[in-house]
Amino acid sequence: MKAIVNISLKAGVLDSQGKAVHHALDALNFDGVTDVRVGKQIVLQLDETDAAKAKESVMQMCEALLANTVIEDYEIELIS
Amino acid sequence: MKVGILQFPGTNCEYDTQYAFTMLGCSTEIIWHQETSISPTVDLLVIAGGFSYGDYLRSGAIARFSPVMQAVQEYAASGKNILGICNGFQVLTESHLLPGALKRNESLHFISQHHHLKVASTDNTFLQKMQKDAIVNIPIAHHDGNFYIDPQSLQELYDNDQILLHYCDENGELLNPNGSVDSIAGICNKEKTVFGLMPHPERAMERILGSSDGRMMLEGFITT
Repeated sequence: MKAIVNISLKAGVLDSQGKAVHHALDALNFDGVTDVRVGKQIVLQLDETDAAKAKESVMQMCEALLANTVIEDYEIELIS
Repeated sequence: MKVGILQFPGTNCEYDTQYAFTMLGCSTEIIWHQETSISPTVDLLVIAGGFSYGDYLRSGAIARFSPVMQAVQEYAASGKNILGICNGFQVLTESHLLPGALKRNESLHFISQHHHLKVASTDNTFLQKMQKDAIVNIPIAHHDGNFYIDPQSLQELYDNDQILLHYCDENGELLNPNGSVDSIAGICNKEKTVFGLMPHPERAMERILGSSDGRMMLEGFITT
């Protein structure tokens, strides 16, 4: 099973990279972009075949290491 | 007095820190991250600056799980003093020994320059030899020094007098180089035993190198 973890700064925490990318898009005349957030993606290959167990395990990884929950949110997507 | 200095792969300020504390008459010991204990003879533990584990994932995030960090948690729980400088500050927030987090600088640039700091509190071991509101000149060198803390926890820092230093200009007006909340450059825990700051006092020990203002800061820890 594959787990895709998307990590981004929490809403309300200023995302300087997102802001810089937004400015650059404006400079390139890409109109109509109202917000840009830059995050990171971590892709994990897992032995686990049970989706619920896999999700629980990846959630623990996020809380312990993959995300800093003081400033970041994470989303987990499982692909079997 | 003995100062223990942590060394992770990628730490690069351990010998500067050793030099600084040797100048102040301390004996020192570099402690490799694979160690599982910290000698009880260590009176002050310093987590030196650098780029532990290449700053991979987040600055300080991997170092937090080094074998030595369990001993650091126990050392902190015993109430002895810990000082985290730059990457050391990042390790301390990642380890939850200090509140908040250090984000990428608002400018997205690595900043390496001398900067003025204003002393916010002297009611603690670290800055006890300084005057409140004193302005000092200390180098900063970081990419992830943008201190973030949620508003409620920020209020707690103020209520408990945990804010040590603010970034300012030469006249003491707040001047924020990296986007830190309230221009905060350094904090301590509620018990005032764990200290973290982004600037490098160990690089400001001799006037010939631009400033000796760091000396009075580090002298706060010297007991004998």
